[in-house]
Amino acid sequence: MKKKLLAVLLASAMVFGLAACGSSTEKKESSDDSKKTEESSDLIKVGIINNDPNESGYRTANDKDLQAMFTKENGYDATFAYSLKNDEQISAAQKMITDGVDYLLLSAADTSGWDSVLKDAQDAGTRVILFDRTIDADESLYEASIVSDMAKEGETACDWLKEQKLDTYNIIHIQGVMGSAAQKGRSEALNKTAESEGWNIVTQQTAEWNAEKAQQIVQSVIDAGTEFNVIYAENDDMAKGAVAALDKANISHGVKGDVLVMGYDCNKWALQELLDGNWNYDGQCNPFQASYIDEIIKKLENGETLEEKTIVMDEKGFDAKTITEEDVEKYGI
Amino acid sequence: MKENTILEMKNIHKRFPGVKALQGVDFSLNKGEIHALMGENGAGKSTLIKVLTGVYEKNEGEIYVNGIEKPAVIRSPQEAQALGISTVYQEITLCQNLSVAENMFIGRLNHNNGRSWKKMNEAADKILKNLGIPARATQQLSTCSIAIQQMVAIARAVDMDCKVLILDEPTSSLDEGEVEKLFTLMRDLKKRGVGIIFVTHFLEQVYEVCDKITVLRDGKLVGEYEIKDLPRVQLVSKMLGKELDDVSEIKDSSLAYKGTDTDVPVYEAKGLTGTTGIKPFDFEIKKGEVNGFTGLLGSGRSECVRAIFGADRTVGGTVKIDGKETKINRPIDAMKHGIAYLPEDRKGDGIVGDLSVRDNIILALQVKKGFFKPFTKAEANKFADEYIKLLNIKTASADTPIKSLSGGNQQKVILGRWLLTHPEYLILDEPTRGIDVGTKIEIQKLVLKLASEGMSITFISSETDEMLRTCSRLIVMRDGKVVGELKDDELTQNMIMSTIAGGEA
Amino acid sequence: MKLRKMTFNKQLLIPLIALLALAIFNLLADPSFYKITLGYNSAGNPVLSGYLITILDYGSELAILAIGMTLVTAATGGQDISVGAAIAIAGSVILRVLCGTETSPAHMKAPVIVAFLIAVVVAMLFGAFNGTLVSVFNIPPMVATLILYTAGRSIAAWINNNQLPIVNEKSFHVYGGFIPGIPIPTPFFIAVICAGLTALMLKFTTLGLYTQAVGINEKSSRLNGINPTFIKFLTFVILGVCVAVAALIKVSRLSTINYSVIAKDIEMDAILAVALGGNALSGGKFNMPASILGAYVIQFLTTTLYKCNVSSAALSAYKAVVVIVLVVLSAPTVKDKLSKFWNKVKPATSKEKEAA
Repeated sequence: MKKKLLAVLLASAMVFGLAACGSSTEKKESSDDSKKTEESSDLIKVGIINNDPNESGYRTANDKDLQAMFTKENGYDATFAYSLKNDEQISAAQKMITDGVDYLLLSAADTSGWDSVLKDAQDAGTRVILFDRTIDADESLYEASIVSDMAKEGETACDWLKEQKLDTYNIIHIQGVMGSAAQKGRSEALNKTAESEGWNIVTQQTAEWNAEKAQQIVQSVIDAGTEFNVIYAENDDMAKGAVAALDKANISHGVKGDVLVMGYDCNKWALQELLDGNWNYDGQCNPFQASYIDEIIKKLENGETLEEKTIVMDEKGFDAKTITEEDVEKYGI
Repeated sequence: MKENTILEMKNIHKRFPGVKALQGVDFSLNKGEIHALMGENGAGKSTLIKVLTGVYEKNEGEIYVNGIEKPAVIRSPQEAQALGISTVYQEITLCQNLSVAENMFIGRLNHNNGRSWKKMNEAADKILKNLGIPARATQQLSTCSIAIQQMVAIARAVDMDCKVLILDEPTSSLDEGEVEKLFTLMRDLKKRGVGIIFVTHFLEQVYEVCDKITVLRDGKLVGEYEIKDLPRVQLVSKMLGKELDDVSEIKDSSLAYKGTDTDVPVYEAKGLTGTTGIKPFDFEIKKGEVNGFTGLLGSGRSECVRAIFGADRTVGGTVKIDGKETKINRPIDAMKHGIAYLPEDRKGDGIVGDLSVRDNIILALQVKKGFFKPFTKAEANKFADEYIKLLNIKTASADTPIKSLSGGNQQKVILGRWLLTHPEYLILDEPTRGIDVGTKIEIQKLVLKLASEGMSITFISSETDEMLRTCSRLIVMRDGKVVGELKDDELTQNMIMSTIAGGEA
Repeated sequence: MKLRKMTFNKQLLIPLIALLALAIFNLLADPSFYKITLGYNSAGNPVLSGYLITILDYGSELAILAIGMTLVTAATGGQDISVGAAIAIAGSVILRVLCGTETSPAHMKAPVIVAFLIAVVVAMLFGAFNGTLVSVFNIPPMVATLILYTAGRSIAAWINNNQLPIVNEKSFHVYGGFIPGIPIPTPFFIAVICAGLTALMLKFTTLGLYTQAVGINEKSSRLNGINPTFIKFLTFVILGVCVAVAALIKVSRLSTINYSVIAKDIEMDAILAVALGGNALSGGKFNMPASILGAYVIQFLTTTLYKCNVSSAALSAYKAVVVIVLVVLSAPTVKDKLSKFWNKVKPATSKEKEAA
């Protein structure tokens, strides 16, 4: 009986482990081994470590962008590894360094714990470029870091909101997962501006990037009969959830409506909502880092030096009144 | 309190919702005394024991232990144990998935046995050897037979330095050799001054080993007697509260089986091969016949009937029902052919504890009827009421969970369940185990009555006299093998013994 | 007959007391909690709104899941922790069928009923997967369903190629919103239908008796001709159907899906509903109406917490308190004490009755 139980546990642990592997660290080789050895001399070998593309629309777009850029046609031999767990990412990085990649592109799941593996990379002559997320490591350990400035995104949005010159500002603030970089940057900007401008924040709750929770939060405010005229959601999903609650209660929103709706991330469908006048504002969080990275690698290959280590990407904010079809196509993710 | 009294219970009252389980019961136990606690099912024996061991809280009364003037406070089995009161319960209360040694020492590890598994196993093996229990310390308990498990429980209690040892139906699943070993042990403990409370249904055993008898009936004290002052017949009548015809005279000659050899058997197996360690066997039973499997515990008698019913997988042999060849792979196959099986392990295989008496009664018939044809509430109630009345089941209502009934009444419910399916062939494996004399006789009478009405019945019991009273043919088993068949004049205790033993009489 | 009614009520008492406590709390804190207003939604249809309606709305999907979860719990003595992930899968299937390969088609590519039925089949298959692990391989339910719990959301994303499809037709809102002209949220009607079908199923099959028997004593059930393996398997498949229904409501609410967060942690609420219904999580006897009521009580609690501006991240902490209270109350020792107390109170009340 004891043995049986042990066997069952072991077996299920294995199956579980396999399932976990399948979901988080699936590796795709862009070329099969025989070809790789022939062509590797001409191609630049890059190892790309990213978060799970299922995480969000942002990540999906980010991954797609990278996949499209680092192809053989563009002169790259790329290996991809995905995980939301830092330790799995680190072991993937170690493997890539051992495999002798020229560049290691990294979007770390966690900010800490990377020092030793980056030193290994340096020793092995692998150059490291961070994208999307920074880490707590010495600047000398990586060549460049391409990031979004979340605080700036927030400021852009709040500046826009200020310009709307509403009579009163009663804001429902729906936050992302507490402590994430995006939440911190976007919340801070709103808090600061609200304080200086004397805006009233009706409720401030986290919906953890979850549309359903956002819907319930807004529903709760509506049920309570509290007045509000702005919804500041820290991503598109939550804005959508909020709007679903408004629609249910027949509260008009958007360009001609009573409630102003703001979101982030510039999903294509969200920009479409803007174009239709249902929402008012959407802040970009640029997932298209591949071209920046490409540029840096080209420069480094040519022996040039980079002017700045940290490169902040251009990020726009879209207003429903000015957005165009082209914007939707170009910036929608 | 007298000098050598180690336990005195005075005016104990215990009430459950709707039931007065104990009403002013007195009980006293001396050092070095084996004291039988007798009574029918529901007389209050188990309740009294549970009050004494702190499982139940009493509503009134005092308990004095070890001659201490102040009433003892016993609120949990641990507190009872601390006072030197140890119990071996009727149903096995050990942990099936632990080893024998772990079971013996669980909850009381100390520097002698708790330092290492090795030490513990050595200690356990020593005790097992002393008591002559054929089990290894490292063996998982569930791999032991029920008898061995019971003996491990006794070993555990004995090993705890107990002054009062309570044996609640310890012998109900032991065969005679094992019972004798236990008695030797009890006498040994008695010499050392341990007081033993012995709860049993076996009258013979009471007269063999006990000094005193206390009789309870309907939660009240009938009296305390010296064993020599109370002949058996009087004991039985005190337990039942009425004068009883001689117990051995149930076998009415008018009910005797009068089949002929030319009848087609209701059930016939040739070379039936099980997977539970029994040799291939042949078996048949005819309409209206009562036969039985006998043999020592572990001889394979239960395994045989389980193979017949499809409870265990069979891998060979042919089965004919009413002369037609058929296959029985699962219990449902057997049920569809009108076979019913009352299992040996009532608690583990029989009752569905949390379900009501009603659901327990209708279960088998319902399954037979089919998934999409549930009985209406009215039908279910009708069946339940009918069998509660027919079998005289003592229950507050049909809604009462079966687990709150006494053992004998639980058994009657299971019996009712199978009778309700109107089987042509009924297998009863130890139907009288752990139940009181009155119910035993009722069941035996019922068996003969049903047979006279045309039902075929296979009856298994550890008590050979029960088998002799009911069966017209006995199949004798030894070591998983059929070693003989006795009928007519051969049906005597001596013949059975000698066949089991394998020698000539 | 009288007695049966009493035992039936006794189990319903647990969720009812919890409901009463919450109701009183809200009444004291802010009576406007109970305000219900009739308005018109953006499509011009009459709709009721207010906290109670919200509870009815969101509690319904939970109630539907609680039905399946109750059966699984009863038969196997364990719980399915993969229902949230399974909802993601079923929801993904619905959108895959409705949207085809486009992410945001102007019109649905298939009738909703077709999409729903396909989702039902898929969810039943995943239920069957769980059921097989539990019933055939005897893996404890929590461990067995951990597999789908882990992998389910990735599978859901894979079904739609990592795209987030959107249904643009307003008619799709009906299932998670309102039927035009009827001011009560549709999920409530769906829950009523599910409860009704369950009642019929329990009345016209022996499922209730079998699941309880298997959950209480599997060996004995087998000897009475029941096939415990099949019964356990069946309960998981039924839960699969419940999952598909809940998934339809979920995706209809937003017309889209987010694989990583849709129905997140809903399994915990569903299990909690079963527990709040006074059903033993170790299996055996169950009371379906109590589970369903339990689901609405959980939503009552959630809505109350939202109203009190408790951050949604802290919701689970508050629910944990409820779990602790429940577990403590259902512990044998406490039950014993309570029944003693009850017995002390009861004679007094019954005497009063006699006097009256």
